[in-house]
Amino acid sequence: MTTKDKYKKVAYYPGCALEGSGHSYNRSTKAVGKALGLDLVEVTNWNCCGAMEVKNVDPKLQTYLSSRVMSTAANEMDMDVVMAPCNGCYHNLKKAEYDLGHDPESVDVVDKLSKKAGHKTYESGQVETIHALDWIKDAIGEEGLAERVKNSLSGIKVANYYGCMYTRPRHIFPEKDQGPGSESTSKPHFMDDLLAAAGAENVEFPLKTACCGGAHTLSDSDMSTKLVLNILKTAKLAGADVIATECPTCHSGLEMHQIRAEKVLGESVDIKILYFTQLLGMALGLKPKKVGVHENISDSISFLREKGLA
Amino acid sequence: MRPLNDIETAIAAVVPEPSPQAGADALLRLSEEVIEHWIVAREEEPTSDKREGFRLLALHRQGAKGDPSFNACRETCREIAYHYNLVHMQPGHTEITNRLEMMKMISSHLYLFISGKMQVAELGEFCCSAKPIRTSTEFDYGTPKEA
Repeated sequence: MTTKDKYKKVAYYPGCALEGSGHSYNRSTKAVGKALGLDLVEVTNWNCCGAMEVKNVDPKLQTYLSSRVMSTAANEMDMDVVMAPCNGCYHNLKKAEYDLGHDPESVDVVDKLSKKAGHKTYESGQVETIHALDWIKDAIGEEGLAERVKNSLSGIKVANYYGCMYTRPRHIFPEKDQGPGSESTSKPHFMDDLLAAAGAENVEFPLKTACCGGAHTLSDSDMSTKLVLNILKTAKLAGADVIATECPTCHSGLEMHQIRAEKVLGESVDIKILYFTQLLGMALGLKPKKVGVHENISDSISFLREKGLA
Repeated sequence: MRPLNDIETAIAAVVPEPSPQAGADALLRLSEEVIEHWIVAREEEPTSDKREGFRLLALHRQGAKGDPSFNACRETCREIAYHYNLVHMQPGHTEITNRLEMMKMISSHLYLFISGKMQVAELGEFCCSAKPIRTSTEFDYGTPKEA
């Protein structure tokens, strides 16, 4: 079976953020999947991936939690591929996969906890974890996407912001940096490729994987605000109208600190922040509401009207 | 090595006059100084070695030793080197002022990240690194039901 065929039906792991602050990402991912004829089957009774809190308390417990999601997909749903649109979930599942393939103690802990919880132990390699970017890029491709575009994104200049967990640390993403066609960990481009296929003009954006201070947004908000403000100003300087995101944590951080920067630092940057799935959805002819634009914190409607997308 | 707070002001003060190349030189040096602060705070001697022609990249590598979360600024350092090259290798380019301005923004990001990390060492730790796999744990994982 080719990758293209394999990705046509995947186990969908939305994760906690997509049921909360990232609701519009959830809505737009599902809508784009439907519009492209791709089948998303939500992982049954899924649990938290271990996120930052559990990982900080005990990384092996995080490995177990992520492994349970993969075990459900493999052993209870008979799926080969798990697609996680959230960078945090994607990162944690990849990290668990790596740990289980390289660390016997992790294998032992996961086995013990799985037996205690009463489900089959996940074994390394049973499923392939992919991001929403891999999913659309490989299942549909740029050509396939371009053929389906109804409202071109032409005239929209986009800075693609990938955040940190999509590419770091490099060793948990063995499929990346494999030459032409593969994703790059130092200069990721899959989102650029997809949005360009939909007609957008990508700008050269040097902070596409730079730190936004996301994990410290509550403990040291000023630091996060300054880092985000610098990202927004750099995107603007690069000529962008929109920052495209592919992670709910990045997206919320950019939106919230854009507002906070104005309130606390008196600096406002006029740039829109949209999920790449929202932009793709509108390019495929979906209405802004269908891809949850109204659920974003920042208001992009007048801009989208101006560009003929709303 | 000037105080860390002074570096932020110095980065903001860089202008294309008398030449964008002089501005790029200043920004590169300021970026090196930012990482020197990080290394000195770890009670090490900042290296004078170069990697791929840049001391900045060698300093970054030194700063990341034993602390993979420092890799959160690896691409930022490489972008500074890239923009330095753009300014120096295409001196007549119509976008040269913009390129220097962009180098300033990237240098500012490096400053913000490292000055933040000097206050909260864990910055970047969650997002950008896999903590080393623990060889032992104090956590009691319990006994399997069937055991």
